[in-house]
Amino acid sequence: MDWSSWWATYSTLVLSIGVYGLMALSISLTLSCGLLSLANAAFMGIGAYVSAVSTLQYGLSFPSALLLGILAPSSVALLIGVPVLRLSGVYLAMATLGFGEVVRVVALNLDITGGPLGLNGIPLLTEWWHVLLSVVVVLLLLQALRHSRIGRAFEAIREDETAARLMGIATHRIKLLAFVLGAAIAGLAGGLNAHYTFTLSPGNFGFENAVDILTMAILGGIQGLLGPLLGGAIITLLPELLRGLQEFRMAANGVILIAVVLFLPHGIWDPRRLARWLKKRSKHADA
Amino acid sequence: MLAQQIVNAISLGSVYALFALGFTLVFGILGVINLSHGGIFMLGAYAALLLTTWFDLSLWIALPAAMVFSGLVGLLIDVLILKRLRQRGAPHLMPMIATIGAAILMTSLAQGVFGSEARRFPLEWFNDETLKLGTITIPLLQAGITTLALVLMVLMMWVLKRTRLGQALRAIAESPRSAALLGIPVERLFHLTSFIAAALGGTAGILIGLSFNAISPFMGQPMLHKGIAAIILGGLGDVRGAVLGGLFLGITEVFAVTFLSSEYRDALSFGLLFLMLLWRPQGLFGASATRSA
Repeated sequence: MDWSSWWATYSTLVLSIGVYGLMALSISLTLSCGLLSLANAAFMGIGAYVSAVSTLQYGLSFPSALLLGILAPSSVALLIGVPVLRLSGVYLAMATLGFGEVVRVVALNLDITGGPLGLNGIPLLTEWWHVLLSVVVVLLLLQALRHSRIGRAFEAIREDETAARLMGIATHRIKLLAFVLGAAIAGLAGGLNAHYTFTLSPGNFGFENAVDILTMAILGGIQGLLGPLLGGAIITLLPELLRGLQEFRMAANGVILIAVVLFLPHGIWDPRRLARWLKKRSKHADA
Repeated sequence: MLAQQIVNAISLGSVYALFALGFTLVFGILGVINLSHGGIFMLGAYAALLLTTWFDLSLWIALPAAMVFSGLVGLLIDVLILKRLRQRGAPHLMPMIATIGAAILMTSLAQGVFGSEARRFPLEWFNDETLKLGTITIPLLQAGITTLALVLMVLMMWVLKRTRLGQALRAIAESPRSAALLGIPVERLFHLTSFIAAALGGTAGILIGLSFNAISPFMGQPMLHKGIAAIILGGLGDVRGAVLGGLFLGITEVFAVTFLSSEYRDALSFGLLFLMLLWRPQGLFGASATRSA
């Protein structure tokens, strides 16, 4: 198979690996601040719809559509973040799942989003390098963030919120920042996604998607930045790889999920385990 | 007409409440968002269907048997998955993800074994026997469904409120560790909770299967969404809240369909949910918005 026909067949899959890598990074950002937020799929949906409506119905250029697709979910995150982030732990997870349902139902009932039919004929504007560039920029940004004051504040809040507050960290503001930033990344991913899939429908960003994205981050491991990317790639490719199992494909998916949670608690990409393993190896080599 | 709709609303709401009750029990006592509750709901309905069609049992035997079967599925999930995670002290999201895996597994197996198309209970049950209360006619089946759901709910709330078992469960909900120090067999009661919650979820599945007369592998997911909405509306981890949330959801849905249109059914209930999230994210009765160290 030559390159162009391979690309024609698999381009959606390849672009999806990048986009879902972004999504997994976005949720790992909020997780790194100790927030069990499951609103990322909904933020992705908002970004996707806003940017698709911008290009499709208002004829905006792709960059400005993407920008709107980042700004819209960020503002929503700012709005709901203030009340919702008062919740913690599983309560937050529950409330953000509820928020996701609200967004799905809104998209289902508005005229501008095409209702249950969704949007069709979205221009195919996303090139492979847009996705690559976005992943690289987000990676660099998150890397810089981890080593900044804010990144250390995230870690402090995750370990012990009360202690962090006593240390003088403005925990509410920092958590809100993580939430909004996560929404911005999800919005970018959504905008990119909308412009290579051709269609959008409300079901794309519902509950299943929310838990898929969470799974990617946890499967890959959230200790480092490579874990979420790896998890995103695996979950995106898994349905293709398991195609031979036919109708029991999803069953295998479920079993893999359970097995990872039970046997790989820190995910696949776990720098600490890797370091331990390398140390052991070098000891063996010395002896 | 209005009275008829009120009956429908209470009937649907009571089944939602039953489902939400099981969901919130696991949430409150085990501290787990059990996303396989929808899968158990679906398996319960299939169990009742199989027992009545393949094994030709009467509904009076099939119903309790399917309830026990659903309970056992929940127990199995607890013993095989959740227990290990508890012992490891895994962070909150881990059990939730594992139950997603279990839900996917159940849906996919049901799809593989029974096919994707909706199935029905044998038609002869759905004869036109009705109860007449003044101007309202209630199909006997609907009356039975509502009664069973309400009885189970009241029973459950009574157990939690008035018995030693309920006291022990509430102690665990407060703090498993202190409960263990007080000599409460925490692990056994976790198993029992999983069993009861799943039995309630399965029962809700059977009742929904009977009242809409359609059972499919995918029926669990939308129900799970409603369960989440119900317990957020009512108050996270609060049993009374889950019941009221479920009833409220059923009533809004029926009246939205009657007075607006069917498109607004979900919009109205989830719109309320959104307002609730903004105004009181802990729900109407939920007290523990943040539980500091």
